[in-house]
Amino acid sequence: MNLIYNGEDIQVDGHLSLQQIIVSKGAIPPFAVALNGQFVPAGLLPETKPKNGDSVEVLSPIQGG
Amino acid sequence: MDKLTIYGERFDSRLLIGSALYPSPQIMQDAINSSGADIVTVSLRRQNSVAAGEDFWQLIKDTGLRVLPNTAGCHSVKEVVTLAQMCREVFQTDWIKLELIGDEYNLQPDPIGLLEATEILLKDGFKVLPYCTDDLVLCQRLAELGCEVLMPWGAPIGTGKGLINPYNLKTIRERLPEQTLIVDAGLGLPSHACQALELGYDAVLLNSAVAGAGDPVAMASAFAHAVTAGRMSYQAQAMPEKDVAAPSTPTMGMPFWHQN
Repeated sequence: MNLIYNGEDIQVDGHLSLQQIIVSKGAIPPFAVALNGQFVPAGLLPETKPKNGDSVEVLSPIQGG
Repeated sequence: MDKLTIYGERFDSRLLIGSALYPSPQIMQDAINSSGADIVTVSLRRQNSVAAGEDFWQLIKDTGLRVLPNTAGCHSVKEVVTLAQMCREVFQTDWIKLELIGDEYNLQPDPIGLLEATEILLKDGFKVLPYCTDDLVLCQRLAELGCEVLMPWGAPIGTGKGLINPYNLKTIRERLPEQTLIVDAGLGLPSHACQALELGYDAVLLNSAVAGAGDPVAMASAFAHAVTAGRMSYQAQAMPEKDVAAPSTPTMGMPFWHQN
């Protein structure tokens, strides 16, 4: 299925959980995840299954003012 | 010097400092240390963006300071609420510097969306530090929602103009004596920070004024001194301003009196 992962179009196995997709993309902790603009707590990532066309955001610490 | 209170927690420094725009990570660390700040602001961005990730986070953790995550760049209530929730998980804090931009030209906060987002986040257990305009009624509404800390701007972000409307800021201080008030954004000089503290503001939050200085480490120290001076001045209660000159040297016993 097709996903938008941090703004980029990607293709992944439709059976994968959000947790598995993030691992496959090599995400390095710490990070937090949103699916279609909604926060997904870390504890729910293994049981969350994205749908075709969904948007995934994986955010990490950066400088801020 | 008396301590700064943020949602019941006490801090020695009245200067909150940002972690962005420094010439190098080392200068960032040195400037933050030089500022004497107890609190440093951070944010979240996509992991594939420049400088996002564990290296930066380790540098911040090495400072040992309390982090204040922001929601910079958000333009809607939905965005700002989601980013705040993501910040809470990553940074393990219920503090959030709530930043919701209403106008792209001057980065002015959206007062209407800010109220809505603040209410949502307070109910969700956040301790909200809203970045807002210097509008008295907006500040009153935010306080009524339950914000113990308010952060009106001194001037638009990154302008370095200082306090462009001291009257408004002073009025907010007078009308909201119980809130912790922090001037956030727009400062350029240590004298601006000193002026904010002299008005009775509890602290200042700044970033560009230090990071954009020729010597950020020295400027951070200058701001630390200015904040201390401003607070001491406020507590010492300045003399009343007068419109007419009044000699300070006694006129009694003045020589040559009436000789001409």
